[in-house]
Amino acid sequence: MAKYGLRTIAVVYLFFLLVLPVGLIIWRTFGDGLAPFVEALTSPSALHAFRVTLVVALWAVVANTVFGVGAAILLVRHEFPGKRLLGAFIDLPMAVSPVVVGLALTLLYGRFSPVGGLLESWGLQIIFSTPGMVLATVFVALPLVVRSVVPVLEELGDEQEQAAHTLGASRFQTFLRITLPGIRSALAYGVVLCLARSLGEYGAVAVVSGRLVDQTQTLTLFVEERFQNFDQPAAFAAATALALLAVVALLLTRLLRPKD
Amino acid sequence: MTAETATRTAPPPRAGARRRARLSGGTALGLGSAVLYLSLIVLIPLALVVWRSTDEGLGYFWRAVTTPDAWAALTLTIGASAIVALINLVLGTVIAWVLVRDRFPGKGIVDTLIDLPFALPTIVAGLVLLALYGPESPLGVNLAYSRAGVGLALLFVTLPFVVRTVQPVLIELDKDMEQAAASLGASPFQTFRRIVLPNLVPAMLSGTALAFTRAISEFGSIVLISGNLPFKTQVAAVNIFSQIEGDNTTGAAAISTVLLIVALVALVSLDLLQRWGSRRG
Repeated sequence: MAKYGLRTIAVVYLFFLLVLPVGLIIWRTFGDGLAPFVEALTSPSALHAFRVTLVVALWAVVANTVFGVGAAILLVRHEFPGKRLLGAFIDLPMAVSPVVVGLALTLLYGRFSPVGGLLESWGLQIIFSTPGMVLATVFVALPLVVRSVVPVLEELGDEQEQAAHTLGASRFQTFLRITLPGIRSALAYGVVLCLARSLGEYGAVAVVSGRLVDQTQTLTLFVEERFQNFDQPAAFAAATALALLAVVALLLTRLLRPKD
Repeated sequence: MTAETATRTAPPPRAGARRRARLSGGTALGLGSAVLYLSLIVLIPLALVVWRSTDEGLGYFWRAVTTPDAWAALTLTIGASAIVALINLVLGTVIAWVLVRDRFPGKGIVDTLIDLPFALPTIVAGLVLLALYGPESPLGVNLAYSRAGVGLALLFVTLPFVVRTVQPVLIELDKDMEQAAASLGASPFQTFRRIVLPNLVPAMLSGTALAFTRAISEFGSIVLISGNLPFKTQVAAVNIFSQIEGDNTTGAAAISTVLLIVALVALVSLDLLQRWGSRRG
């Protein structure tokens, strides 16, 4: 009796909170066939937003992957004072509101700050431009790769790496031949998480991009702007495209998730 | 978080590691680069927010935080997040229980769905909720521009936290003790309360604290469904956003600093909870 009660509560709650809302928007988007969906997503503004999103997400994923692998090796394989503090700093972005991320980056890299002013005099505009959006995306997705790789690196141990080292392999060879294959699936898992987060970031990018239509508008900003301008078909179509990307990412992480 | 506990309980470094008491060249270079990278992207910008919030004096900071609309936004954010975290505490545990102990067709799909709020962009989450529970709701339930709508959006984005912290603990839990209790005449409720619950409490509280921290910082999913009405549905993140748009940077920095402090308090309590949990377990 209690068993069926709990099952019903869980399933009904998830149905009304997740399944029905997401299902409804997909149904609304494709209700009149595929043509309006394609048409809404191939407008010049939508295509531009797609391009901006891809450029920002790719740079952010590259930066976070390089940093993530390096930081994970540092945290697991090296000894140094302040290790726990470094770990806490890496986790910090999880606790910061996206809007605060945007504000923080604007304070350092905005036109009216010393650093931002200097960079701008060299012709490098950060805020209201692509570099700022990349920085904001890097910030919000920072811990994902590190936290995916660290447990696997701990589990692997360093016997094989030491063996490679005694056999005369260089540091880089050891990394490429021993460490990288060992962390491959955990790294892929982290990269997918990071990519999903980067494609979907809204708040931090909304602050640092200045939300300039056809210039710094990403797909998430496009959804919001179209919705506020009563262009529901375009907003729903772009939202559905993002939701489908999220589902693909979800299924990929399911395949790649380290078995526990 | 689990990774952190793992580091903490890891065995002490072996002799090879201890010999490098002075940092080797590689370690120093790696540490230097990591700290520089973190400083330029995370630490200096956040420090500037805190510094900016007090650069016109503590009196100004206090006035910025206690202006009626900012104060209303902060109390709404913390209150709504606390309620949402408590709902997650109960329903998240129920869902984890059903996913581990129950068997029914389609359970694998339900298990995968739990992570959907992590993968779905927040603005899309807001839009889908508004489509179902907004003015054009096919169910006839309109929560747009209401506090209930804010709560709904927060429930959506925080769903995975408690489920995903309780689930692994429940999987590991030995059924022997429960069977012993049952054979000694304990009712299912007594068994749950006396045997299962004490083992789950640390994980349940960790998940709740994570959900709370996520809820107080939420922006994207709320911005559409709340309608941004000051004193009614405006949460702190949305208030900060309007202040940035209105060029009131110092005010925005003050509210941001309060949010950062609340998140820090929640995370430190979480850390203490985890230590308490690992001591008991």
